[in-house]
Amino acid sequence: MKVKVIITLKNGVLDPQGKVIQQTLNGMSFTDVKEVRQGKYFEIEVDNKDEAKSKEKVEDMCKKLLANLVIEDYKIL
Amino acid sequence: MKSSVIIFPGSNCDRDMDVALKKFGFKNQMVWHNDSGIPKSDLIVLPGGFSYGDYLRCGSIASKSKIINSVVDFANSGGLVIGICNGFQILIETGLLPGALLTNKYLKFICKNVYVKINNSENKYFKNINKNILELHIAHNDGNYFCSKDELKSLNDNSQIAVNYCDKNGNISENVNPNGSINNIAGIFNKSKNIIGMMPHPERVIDPYLSSKDGTIFFENLIKNLK
Repeated sequence: MKVKVIITLKNGVLDPQGKVIQQTLNGMSFTDVKEVRQGKYFEIEVDNKDEAKSKEKVEDMCKKLLANLVIEDYKIL
Repeated sequence: MKSSVIIFPGSNCDRDMDVALKKFGFKNQMVWHNDSGIPKSDLIVLPGGFSYGDYLRCGSIASKSKIINSVVDFANSGGLVIGICNGFQILIETGLLPGALLTNKYLKFICKNVYVKINNSENKYFKNINKNILELHIAHNDGNYFCSKDELKSLNDNSQIAVNYCDKNGNISENVNPNGSINNIAGIFNKSKNIIGMMPHPERVIDPYLSSKDGTIFFENLIKNLK
């Protein structure tokens, strides 16, 4: 099955790319954009039909490789 | 003194480091990341570059290489390990050094000479060094050192901050912080000070005709301390 993961920078960790995207949007007259936080999105095809087990495996992957828990949070969708 | 430089796909300062180590008297050997072990060494260097194209996070893929187990064993048994630039990022991703290296605050790749002040010389790297402000070179996109407040306290309490960005007189201020690093941190040690990771490249400043000579001071002092 396919497991989807979103990884974002933790609150309080500077996100210069998000800041530049926000400033650019403001400059394009999207003046009500107050903050942008950008991140990463993964689609992981796991050869296992059991959803709970697959997600458990992906969580392990997040902790060991996909996310750096010092600066990032992960969310399995 | 024997040293080993580990080469990852995308390393690009490995040969500079080889030249530097040999110039100052090391018998250096190059070790491929997929090798199963490291020949007997007094020093291991993880060089700068862009291992695995900086995919995922800088240094993250290299930190899972086959050779890393040997580097970790060597480091945990007290062996000296230097990580320069991408090597520093790899050491952080392996967990041998704490914190994280974020994208530079102003989103620019920075390539220039900087001054760094040595914060702790009670270790093999800086003991008896005759200069405490060095002019070194930096070239990176992700050198913005970050850690939690608790971690920062622990780094300070254990004298783990190795070098800070400063001006040529040694003043540490935000004006001379090239990348947004917390407290101008340019390099750190592990608790027992046998591992150092730093963004500046001493191996790029070893030729008085091309650069400053402060890399020479670093390497000459290091080999003297190892003998």
